[in-house]
Amino acid sequence: MNIKKIKELLKTKTVGIAGCGGLGSNSAVALARVGVGKLIIADFDLVDASNLNRQYYFHEQIGQQKVFALADNLYFVNPSVQVEPHDVKLGPDEILLLFRNCDLIIEAFDAAEAKQMIVETVLSGFPDKTLILGNGMAGWGKSNLLKTEKIDQNLYVCGDGISEISEDLPPLAPRVAIVANMQANLALQLLLNNFNNMEI
Amino acid sequence: MNITLNNRSETFDEEGMSFEDLIKRKNFTFKMLVTKLNGKLVRKEDRIHSYIKEGDEVTVLHLISGG
Repeated sequence: MNIKKIKELLKTKTVGIAGCGGLGSNSAVALARVGVGKLIIADFDLVDASNLNRQYYFHEQIGQQKVFALADNLYFVNPSVQVEPHDVKLGPDEILLLFRNCDLIIEAFDAAEAKQMIVETVLSGFPDKTLILGNGMAGWGKSNLLKTEKIDQNLYVCGDGISEISEDLPPLAPRVAIVANMQANLALQLLLNNFNNMEI
Repeated sequence: MNITLNNRSETFDEEGMSFEDLIKRKNFTFKMLVTKLNGKLVRKEDRIHSYIKEGDEVTVLHLISGG
């Protein structure tokens, strides 16, 4: 597929991004760069100074709502991408409402509880929709432990599956951005292959 | 019984067991799990009375904080 075809195809696609922290902000930027037509982004948080070691925000954006700061950054990257920001804490109802027309959803939450909530919500509410999780990316080094796995028909997981954040194992830019880009890369592959069976 | 657990085959001496028992047997100690039986989501509260038997396909996904 040449770049013109890729751009035409991606322009028709919509991706939902649940959370705009390290995973969400970095995967959104990658998908905006390649020209996904519409990004629906949601988060309730403000940009904090402590976020800048891994999240796609700038120093002068500290204190702003993450969704609006990210919408600005995505516009600077690619103004032709339509961004729909939602300043909201996502629960099952909001997920089912906001992401119902997405071609796929990228999970980009921080807490394991929230990850479980979105998996259960999507598996029961959107059984035919693809969900790409980020799971296990704290710390540094060990790039080759990060992998993409197909759990079942519509559920994929990127990460090492073991590195949980803690006081001594903080999330840091390289590993978080690798996983965010693995999620974006898989999203791209699924969108360009029309979700047909393929090797990941 | 023989089952498929996370895409790998596994053999247990028991003929069958509850999902809750399987989690204990396999020592899945992470707090946040997503569990599926033959493609269908099994919620935490239902694990105790979801019965796993020969040939079943079982998925246990551990969720880890960070992102």
